[in-house]
Amino acid sequence: MSTADHPLPVPMQTEILALAKAELRPRGAAIAALRLVQARFRWISTPHLREVARLLDMSPDDLDGIATYYNLLFRKPVGHHVILLCDSVSCWIMGRERLCAHLRETLGIRPGETTPDGAITLLPTVCIGHCDHAPAMLVDESLHGDVDVKHLDRITDSLRESHR
Amino acid sequence: MNLAVRPLTAMIDPEAGPPDCATYEQRGGWQATRRTLNGLAPGEVIDIVTRSRLRGRGGAGFGTGQKWSFVPKEPASERRKYLIANADEMEPGTFKDRWLLEGNPLQLIEGMLLAAYAIQAGHGVVFLRGEYHLACQRLERAISEARSRGWLGENILGSGFSFDIHVHSGAGRYICGEETALLTALEGRRATPRSKPPFPQTGGLWGAPSVVNNVETLCNLPHILVNGPEWFVGLGTGGDGGTKLYGVSGRVRRPGAWELPIGTPLRQIIEDHAGGMRPGYELRALLPGGASTAFLDVTSLDIAMDYGSVEKAGSRLGTGTAIILDDRTCPVGMILNLEHFFAQESCGWCTPCREGLPWVERLLAAIEEGTGEHDDLDQLARHGRMLGMPGRTFCAHAPGAMAPLASGLKLFAEDFAAHITRRGCPLRHAA
Ligand SMILES: Cc1cc2nc3c(=O)[nH]c(=O)nc-3n(C[C@H](O)[C@H](O)[C@H](O)COP(=O)(O)O)c2cc1C
Ligand code: SF4
Ligand code: FES
Repeated sequence: MSTADHPLPVPMQTEILALAKAELRPRGAAIAALRLVQARFRWISTPHLREVARLLDMSPDDLDGIATYYNLLFRKPVGHHVILLCDSVSCWIMGRERLCAHLRETLGIRPGETTPDGAITLLPTVCIGHCDHAPAMLVDESLHGDVDVKHLDRITDSLRESHR
Repeated sequence: MNLAVRPLTAMIDPEAGPPDCATYEQRGGWQATRRTLNGLAPGEVIDIVTRSRLRGRGGAGFGTGQKWSFVPKEPASERRKYLIANADEMEPGTFKDRWLLEGNPLQLIEGMLLAAYAIQAGHGVVFLRGEYHLACQRLERAISEARSRGWLGENILGSGFSFDIHVHSGAGRYICGEETALLTALEGRRATPRSKPPFPQTGGLWGAPSVVNNVETLCNLPHILVNGPEWFVGLGTGGDGGTKLYGVSGRVRRPGAWELPIGTPLRQIIEDHAGGMRPGYELRALLPGGASTAFLDVTSLDIAMDYGSVEKAGSRLGTGTAIILDDRTCPVGMILNLEHFFAQESCGWCTPCREGLPWVERLLAAIEEGTGEHDDLDQLARHGRMLGMPGRTFCAHAPGAMAPLASGLKLFAEDFAAHITRRGCPLRHAA
């Protein structure tokens, strides 16, 4: 995506500096700042990572050590929507493998990949605290429980629709 | 009425949403704060909480009052200290703290305020897992409402005590729930655990004295301080005080979570509250308190779900949320799923865990796929012994990972053997 090379917008830079100031040391804002960038650009490109590092008075490698450490910080482009399908134990017992196979088939991608139209990225996630409604998943920020194949089809259809 | 028997969840109404400050106060909220900030010395609060026999609900079960007692005693105005709520809740099979966070965030705020007063901390942090979006919104809203009404900020109720709360949203790593890794994460470093000593109580966040408490632990405090320690002890049925949020997931009729007296029998939780097994399924074994607790089988169903009894049965109360293995699900597949999680979430800091857990996962995968050998079982058991012993690895992640493995190898010995002789999974998880 081309915006990945653009400098961070000035208001965002200001916001990151404010986050840094609220901490005892600027680096305390590392995760919050990276999340802010990702919320806007969907992933964290290397030029953006460098800028954030500069604002937080850290070396880019130091900050990248944090960015690459976390499951929910993306250092590669992702689609417009991200499906996080729980792969932990209660969901596994309740049939998440079948849901995963169904998504692979209907979307034509494997976990970790994005559909060619850039609409949907499929990722596994660890338990999302919805085990009493397993199998569960997060679609962007919304939580879905007791998911079945019909439910999945409805959701992927609407995600593709909204992307068009 | 409910406030007396299930204090933690009495005000939670999923239809109405979380109470605002006025409703919270009307129903008994902030009473504890009024009494405490203007009537009790910090040491008296620690004493009351110690006598209540409240034990940490984050998994380890350490006495809460005792934990606080190691914090240096200077007033908050003279020394920077932190009170941190652990809302990372990433233990697979655990869904209790989210209920409290979404249902009544003001209760957590008041609990944090009381704990902070007891240890004289001026700074509060909620370490919230990044995936809890609704909880984050509600918590932020509750904090700003509490602040605008003077329950947070400078000189609360004219007591001279000042305290405020900041929410840190995580970015998804199980190890961040371990209290020293959590501190490292907050400092903007790769979140690996730290060696102890120094313990967080003396050298925690940015080197300052800090206490990390679980969300459920903190939510008990307003009720203890209003009703007294004897009342709290009386809520429990065994040696521990209070209620506990218990949960059940797996193939039961009504998976869910319930607030019950601590020490409620396991059988009662599964049969009465979760409604027993779904038709066509039988209970084979279970993990009583999340992914890092050892398997118990049907012979343990009559134990009380308190810290001591579960330990005596060979497992741990952990988070109190049980995961049920039914007779149509493959135990080897289930353990493979668990060890995949632990291998993936190893922080990589110490070699036995970083190298050992992926090895365990590969051996299990081979057995499940039909290429395992009998020697592999010895290798797995050896890992269970070596990594399972606390002290062999830098933190409790690896021992936690070995709990279901070591117990499962014994309990499901026949299943493991059948996978090897029959070259694959006889039950092939069909879902
Ligand atoms: C690998 C690992 C993960 C943990 N995850 C959590 C967690 O998500 N939430 C939690 O409250 N405690 C967790 N703990 C326990 C904490 O280290 C700590 O004991 C707890 O937050 C203390 O609070 P308490 O005394 O109120 O129980 C974890 C421990 C380990 C070793
Ligand atoms: S035991 Fe595992 S998680 Fe804990 S410090 Fe060592 S590598 Fe990290
Ligand atoms: S195991 Fe999937 S939500 Fe908990």
